[in-house]
Amino acid sequence: MAKAERIEIIEKWCKGCEICVEFCPTGAIEMRDFKVAVKDLEKCTACMQCELRCPDFAIVIYKKDKE
Amino acid sequence: MAKKVEFMMGNHAVAEGALYAGCRFFGGYPITPSTEVAERMAERLPQVGGRFIQMEDEIAAMASVIGASIAGAKSLTATSGPGLSLKQENIGYAMLCEIPVVIVDVMRGGPSTGMPTGPSQSDIMCAKWGTHGDHPAIAVTPASVQEQFDETVRAFNLAEKYRCPVFVLTDAIIGQMMEQLVIPEPGELEVIERPKPTCKPEEYLPFDMDKDFVPLAAFGSGYRYHITGLHHNSDGFPTNDPVLHTKNTIKIIERLDKNYDDIVKVEEFMTDDAEILVFAIGVSARSAKHAVVEARNVGIKAGLVRPLTIWPFPERHLDRILNKNKIKGIVVPEMNLGQMTFEVQRVAKGRCAVEGLYSLMLDPILPSEILEKIRRFV
Amino acid sequence: MSYDYAKYLRKGKLPHIWCAGCTYGIILKSLIRAIDGIGWAKDDIALVSGIGCASRLPGYVDFNTLHTTHGRSIGFATGVKLANPKLNVIALGGDGDMTAIGGNHFIHACRRNIDLTIFVFNNNIYGMTGAQYSPTTPKGAWATTSPYGMAENTFEITSLAIGSGASFVARTTAYHVAHCEKMMKEAFQHKGTSVVEIINACPTGFGRKNKFKTPASMLTWMKDSAVNIERAKNMSPEELVGKYTIGVLHKVDKPEYIETYDTTVGLKK
Repeated sequence: MAKAERIEIIEKWCKGCEICVEFCPTGAIEMRDFKVAVKDLEKCTACMQCELRCPDFAIVIYKKDKE
Repeated sequence: MAKKVEFMMGNHAVAEGALYAGCRFFGGYPITPSTEVAERMAERLPQVGGRFIQMEDEIAAMASVIGASIAGAKSLTATSGPGLSLKQENIGYAMLCEIPVVIVDVMRGGPSTGMPTGPSQSDIMCAKWGTHGDHPAIAVTPASVQEQFDETVRAFNLAEKYRCPVFVLTDAIIGQMMEQLVIPEPGELEVIERPKPTCKPEEYLPFDMDKDFVPLAAFGSGYRYHITGLHHNSDGFPTNDPVLHTKNTIKIIERLDKNYDDIVKVEEFMTDDAEILVFAIGVSARSAKHAVVEARNVGIKAGLVRPLTIWPFPERHLDRILNKNKIKGIVVPEMNLGQMTFEVQRVAKGRCAVEGLYSLMLDPILPSEILEKIRRFV
Repeated sequence: MSYDYAKYLRKGKLPHIWCAGCTYGIILKSLIRAIDGIGWAKDDIALVSGIGCASRLPGYVDFNTLHTTHGRSIGFATGVKLANPKLNVIALGGDGDMTAIGGNHFIHACRRNIDLTIFVFNNNIYGMTGAQYSPTTPKGAWATTSPYGMAENTFEITSLAIGSGASFVARTTAYHVAHCEKMMKEAFQHKGTSVVEIINACPTGFGRKNKFKTPASMLTWMKDSAVNIERAKNMSPEELVGKYTIGVLHKVDKPEYIETYDTTVGLKK
């Protein structure tokens, strides 16, 4: 069960440093054409590692509301 | 009511003038022969609600006064030759970023450590061209203790009016000597307060290139903006655009040209019918006046042109006299090897002879030496 | 979204000028969260920097921002603070800016214990000019001006700050994002000179030529070599070889400069 409702990628700000992908513990995101892209939203646990460590303000995780 | 008259040292008079002008911050570093300015400010500033700091070096001292000015305080620093060299980096910053500050340079013999206790007038070009790049410069040149006071007030006014650093270019004799000082009553001399922006903060363009003048908002006053020593756009953010870089550089220089009449102050003494001119500032101008009087006593039509503003160079004044009078020659006594003479020659454009009278001898140039030069033109 | 940075970012300034994988963007985010966390009003903050990559940071945030000359941020910041002590004044710069060209200003601010927060972004290199060695480039490391390996000894920034009299000294890293935010907050709240050394990564200038293949590997290096000061207390010197401590390394109560000045000269009774 995914914990993120949406992963927003701001492509024009992403510089393709791959920090987010390297630190994603579940493989929810990947590199595609030198930019980050969502690979599998279902895998995202909303741990925020990618968002916190993105130097470029290029990833925003929208958590699902707790039910 | 009787005037308040004091017997005061030139350097102290600068400090008193600064306080009269509303100066509320001094950042400095000890250096002969300017230190008495700092000492006086250290004592006097707290009495008027201001703060003094002795920084770790000349560079930091210059940085601190710019910082204080940005935070809204009229600010002063004082130095001499080697300190002026060190301050140049941040003086350039103040010029590009249009920050009003006043820098007193009590000229001593250079270059390098040079002659720390020996008077000189050899920083004239350094005040104009000491920092790199094309830039505006204003320098006032007092020649008495009274003028140390009055011209410092004027320097603050010019700094605020034209948003730029202003030099008080004085020398070790004027700075160190004691003379009568009549302290003006409050309101007697004009004091220009820093204008505040009136627009909405979100519309504020601190470096608006299309306006002649924009008030500098103090940090903390609700106008949040960016200042950078990089060439910048009207909003203060860096730009690499050569067109804007050119436009802005020309704008800040032309601001002074456009206001030449307000900025450039010259005492013309017996120049109406003069055929021979003496062009001098500071301590040399005192001897020069004496020489002119002596020349007149023996029937020589001499006159004195004494700039109280040396930068921008008083070329329009000189030009006017050269066009009006039939000038045979100009004598330029200066305690250096010709820094002003070259400028006078540039303005004279061959219309008359220009003769420098240079000295590095640490004593003032004597009236008799100047008179001797005047006689050669007869 | 866990945190909305937009409130503090100036509009239209992103993407920033920093290289891919440069960790300064991570610190910028920590800085924003820290300031938001302690609730300072934007109008009351003056952010002053020198020259270099780190010093470009103030341009991105909506405070009173001052990008000064190389190494001189503390001099400017000192003037700003003395003219208006109500402002919360932060001076920041890189290792070269703060400890080489600005070294004198750095130690004297610490000595005065003036109420400034000083952030030193230490990435062990002069990045903007193209990877020249700095006072913190490790011995033997490659830089364009140490092509045979760095021969000079390094500064230990936090020791320098403590020895010079700063009353709050901490170290953190770009990897430890929450810790970084916490150190910044504590530094802001401390009265007196607060110094925070922030270990950063310059993948372009330092990493590539010093056996760090990716930006992420530099962050992993930070994770592996940083030891919390509390944990380090129970470790032997042998265990600490090649490591560095993070956390609040030094904190003392001592009179702040401007308050002392004001009392001494009679501005404040």
